[in-house]
Amino acid sequence: MYRYDEFDHAFVRERVAEFADQVERRLAGKLTEDEFRPLRLRNGLYLQLHAYMLRIAIPYGVLSPRQLRQLAMIGGKWDRGYGHFTTRQNLQFNWVKLVDIPDVLAALAEVEMHCIQTSGNCVRNVTADPFAGAANDELEDPRPWCEILRQWSTLHPEFSWLPRKFKIAISGAAEDRAAIAFHDIGLKIVRGPNGENGFRVLVGGGMGRTPYVGQEIRGFLPKQHLLSYIESILRVYNLHGRRDNIHKARIKILVNQLGIEKFREDVEADWEATHKDAIDLPDDERNRIMSYFAPPDLPVRAITDEALDQRRITDPVFANWLKHNVRPHRVPGYSTVVVSLKEPGRTPGDASSEAMELVADLAEQFGHHEIRVNYTQNLMLPHVATSDVVALYNILAANGLATGNHDLLGDMICCPGLDYCNLANARSIPIAKEIAKRFEDPKRQEAIGPLRLNMSGCINACGHHHSGNIGILGVDKKGTELYQISLGGNPKDDAAIGTIIGPGFRAEAVPQAIDTIIDTYLAKRSDGESFLDTWRRVGAQPFKEALYGAA
Amino acid sequence: MPSVVTANRLKDGIVVYLAPNGSWTEEIGRARIAETEDEVSALEAQAAEAVKAREVVAVYPMDVALNDGAVDPLSVRERIRASHRTTLTKDWYDVPL
Repeated sequence: MYRYDEFDHAFVRERVAEFADQVERRLAGKLTEDEFRPLRLRNGLYLQLHAYMLRIAIPYGVLSPRQLRQLAMIGGKWDRGYGHFTTRQNLQFNWVKLVDIPDVLAALAEVEMHCIQTSGNCVRNVTADPFAGAANDELEDPRPWCEILRQWSTLHPEFSWLPRKFKIAISGAAEDRAAIAFHDIGLKIVRGPNGENGFRVLVGGGMGRTPYVGQEIRGFLPKQHLLSYIESILRVYNLHGRRDNIHKARIKILVNQLGIEKFREDVEADWEATHKDAIDLPDDERNRIMSYFAPPDLPVRAITDEALDQRRITDPVFANWLKHNVRPHRVPGYSTVVVSLKEPGRTPGDASSEAMELVADLAEQFGHHEIRVNYTQNLMLPHVATSDVVALYNILAANGLATGNHDLLGDMICCPGLDYCNLANARSIPIAKEIAKRFEDPKRQEAIGPLRLNMSGCINACGHHHSGNIGILGVDKKGTELYQISLGGNPKDDAAIGTIIGPGFRAEAVPQAIDTIIDTYLAKRSDGESFLDTWRRVGAQPFKEALYGAA
Repeated sequence: MPSVVTANRLKDGIVVYLAPNGSWTEEIGRARIAETEDEVSALEAQAAEAVKAREVVAVYPMDVALNDGAVDPLSVRERIRASHRTTLTKDWYDVPL
């Protein structure tokens, strides 16, 4: 993974000192809250319902054991012993004190971490396929490009005050596991006309109150021009994006008002006029960054393991976990293991300090010192020898981290909702908990098959409800929490926004409504169809009838 | 409608309520109750001073119900704030839906 050089260290230390001084001035009364607020938001510090919340950047979801251990320490020492992994592959602490923030930031800096650009109208943490560098369907590792974009976008003078926040995701694999179509810019590494790799560039995707699927602005961008082309997109957005209305300020609104053709024309014109050589990264620098992401030394090993095969036959719970949470690796004899943060009864995406420490240990013992954060709010060990999988499972299972539901109904994305968030209109965590309870039986989830259930406690859609095969949106109706259900969203290739199926449900009726939807799907599906397949074939009517009765 | 004035404490963000003696309490049951608009305005003025004195931020008045001496927030949001807890935590605290 990327390692800070002297410049990076000095830069982050200076920033910590600067913000520590701003905190001190706030506490001493030299800054008012109005003056302090934009400064704290620049440093990832929010004031939520119960307390301050600190959002820590985890660049493209990659962590070392040392970093994860430090996060565990921070959670134990300055928070309440747990943190929440987010859909931006970041970590949030929910109960930090303002007076402790300088110490927390200094502790983060010790392990090459910070909170810069985790808030505000700037380029946010660039997310990536969490299987990057490990997946067997990967064309090229996207992480070096994420790092290049991170360095380029950090405190970029032209793009530090955009009309609104800006999110970029990159995938280098056949399957999209980074929801790139729901980003301001989505990049997919593809093979070009002459056999060289480049980027397919999507623009104008997003969630929130006006969801859009990103549109292709360029089918193939030569790799060496990534920075200059992205700059041109951002420049056109920065110039023409609306600043008078926060709800119309994202690039998706501009792209859809101008139309993709006109937007493309403007971007290409700017790009043609750009002195590309001055912006695009020189080859040496690119190679230097690439070298940090050299794959670990993984000698080919036996692809079968006797203990594993034996256990699979004798232990159905293990067999279920193996099937869903262990994925093939590009190197024979290795696997990528999803460490589940979705045990029924727990808050999706929450990890205790003890769990973080344990996963850090396991990454050292079994995982070539690497940990990933999945945008679906789990942790992952990307490089595990298949012969270590049973030993790893035993430890995970003993600690509630081996729920075998990856990409099944129980693997819900869930925002903090009204339990924590100042913007939320309704709670999402208790709904997730009730649904998890109702569908706790792994056999039932297995029978249902792959299903993405996403839930947000307000229209801002941090819980990605628009892209859920089943999406749940909490709203406030005259003081009562009410939940709108949408169906047919899809975060992957062939991305789609869910359709609201009808009037909302009260909290206590939501699990039954989900049950009804699932039963309808199971009754209607043909052999081998996923929920999404069936939805696309039969449409909304059968689901509406089942939920609300015949019209 | 009876009201109280609430805020977040500056140094740690914890939810607090303005108490009769002008201090800030974490317990809504100990909050000063304003019965009239004038009383609410007086509490707000007092709270504005506390903002200047860097005790609290994000001040606002909120309606409450008084039930047998208990002070009950009216909205889900304010019930959650007053409880200082979330529905689920790592310690498995659980409140009904």
